[in-house]
Amino acid sequence: MKLSKTFTSMLPALAASTAVLLSSPAFAETYGFSQIGSESGWRTSETNSIKAEAEARGIDLKFSDAQQRQENQIKAVRSFIAQGVDGILLAPVVETGWDQVLREAQRAEIPVVLIDRGVDADPSLYLTKVASDFTEEGALAASWLAAETNGVCDIVELQGTVGSSAAIDRKTGFDSVISNFPNMNIIRSQSGDFTRAGGKEVMESFLKAEGGGENICALFAHNDDMALGAIQAIKEAQLQPAEDILVLSIDAVPDIFRAMADGEANATIELNPHLGGPAFDAIAAHERGEEVDKWIKANGPLYLPDTAEAEYQARQ
Amino acid sequence: MRLKRSMRWEARTLAPIISLFLLIVGTALVVPGFLRLSIVDGHIYGSLIDILHRSTPTALIALGMAVVIGTKGIDLSVGAIIAICGAVTAVLTASTELHPLIVLGCAVLAGMVCGLWNGTLVAVFGIQPIVATLILMVAGRGIAQMITGGQIVTFHSDFINAIGNGFFMGLPARVVLAAVIIAITVLVLRKTALGMFLEAVGGNSEASRLVGIDSKLLILMVYVFSGFCAALAGVIIAADIRGADANNAGLWLELDAILAVVIAGASLSGGRIYLGLTIVGALIIQTLTTAILTSGLPAQYNLIVKASIILLVLLLQSRVTQNFIKTRVQAFRRSSDAQ
Repeated sequence: MKLSKTFTSMLPALAASTAVLLSSPAFAETYGFSQIGSESGWRTSETNSIKAEAEARGIDLKFSDAQQRQENQIKAVRSFIAQGVDGILLAPVVETGWDQVLREAQRAEIPVVLIDRGVDADPSLYLTKVASDFTEEGALAASWLAAETNGVCDIVELQGTVGSSAAIDRKTGFDSVISNFPNMNIIRSQSGDFTRAGGKEVMESFLKAEGGGENICALFAHNDDMALGAIQAIKEAQLQPAEDILVLSIDAVPDIFRAMADGEANATIELNPHLGGPAFDAIAAHERGEEVDKWIKANGPLYLPDTAEAEYQARQ
Repeated sequence: MRLKRSMRWEARTLAPIISLFLLIVGTALVVPGFLRLSIVDGHIYGSLIDILHRSTPTALIALGMAVVIGTKGIDLSVGAIIAICGAVTAVLTASTELHPLIVLGCAVLAGMVCGLWNGTLVAVFGIQPIVATLILMVAGRGIAQMITGGQIVTFHSDFINAIGNGFFMGLPARVVLAAVIIAITVLVLRKTALGMFLEAVGGNSEASRLVGIDSKLLILMVYVFSGFCAALAGVIIAADIRGADANNAGLWLELDAILAVVIAGASLSGGRIYLGLTIVGALIIQTLTTAILTSGLPAQYNLIVKASIILLVLLLQSRVTQNFIKTRVQAFRRSSDAQ
């Protein structure tokens, strides 16, 4: 009984020494990546980009797909800790409930980098967060629109799912910029739930409520899918999207480039999926003993129709 | 006695229709131009047409749901079947040269196979309907995601697009399609004994078996019918956005369908099928959604307003409220007679 207890208490020490052996410079670096799942095209491209980045750097990346479940992610992180990886990339499915497992990683001295979302835990428990700043995306969209319309525009807004951080922050960023222009107003704003069907239905009602849409100058959609649905609604109301009503959205999914190439959308801002590079850089900097910011902002550029055809081909 | 019975039946029938009427009048007061109809490009255009247009998928699956609930069942999987059939439509149209009618046939077949699966679990294996259909509700979206490869698959086909957005004699084609399906269902259920058999199975499955009704076959058939209705709704929803969104197509629509059946006055313990009133229920739900969207209400109040009005509709529907109103009316009459 006593013997087995001693043995059990020795196990972590044993694991730690193996970890030290494995992480000696003679071996390639091993990182673990716990991904949420593959629920959207964007997430798939994020996964592929991070895998490609790891391969280019000669990193051995252990990948785990959590299928939208936090318990699977916690299990994956624990198994990465047990394997003694050099660093963990975590795309958290929810914000809360991470304290315990992050503390375990900290005790094992494994840096954790959060990917594309934040957690509600003490910042000292993770190395950094590599993610877009939704507020800046909204502000960039508003700036483009202000420049395009010389600060005179009646806007309809398709919000994302009520309460989601992407919807709240993109709206905040957009509002903060247009509030500087007295002749830019949001005349209608409703939630299209981030879906094409939602975007289409809400846009239909906007067009009806605004007398056929003649006086709507621009549409700002919190994601491309809602904009793609809205474009159909605009066409069915016998208006020309991108000409009669400017169409501006965020995410840069392949289909919006198709729409831009066809002259049906005006601009999209990329939600940057290439987060592997900054994440690996952060861990490397940490290993060199450098200080790392708690939020590495990885914002994407704004794309216009002139490059749309090429971007569409590149993303196929 | 006879008169009294028919009066109570009338009050219950009138409640959903009055609710719909009040809702439309109320919205018209808040939103100017809500009742306006105009002819744009050879077809009718306006918010009221939007309501008919948008309520089609809910009305179709509510039709199937009304029949299923009539037999004391429930079908939670219709939302997932919508996703599967939308995925089948999109993938076959986008990646094969099949004739659109064959694609449509395949999608409808897929829905009926899903219904057969549900029906087999309920009728043959005797699994409780809520659990049996829950399996496909959860797994179905996974199947749809497998078919689409996790992406939104977009497609172009003039025929399929016409089902979603085309017009037939000035009316949206999908409304005409749904009206035909509803009319056929009403005729088959009310002009033959089938409707009575189904209600008998829902009322008392064992007793109806003893009088010689093949209840197992009937139950199997109602789930196949529900799958058929969901398949049509799935094709319409995919055709509407010209793409199949496996994650979101028909999400939570099963709850709207169940609500429509309940608004119609049917009991979830079976035995009654109200087809016409179920369609009124679906129209109430869509009128509410369209009203909220056109009213300019801030998005964060959508759900609370929707829930409050639905609660009012259900309270109006409740027997306690109706009895209360009736006794008040009688008391008022008596007092005015006395004077």
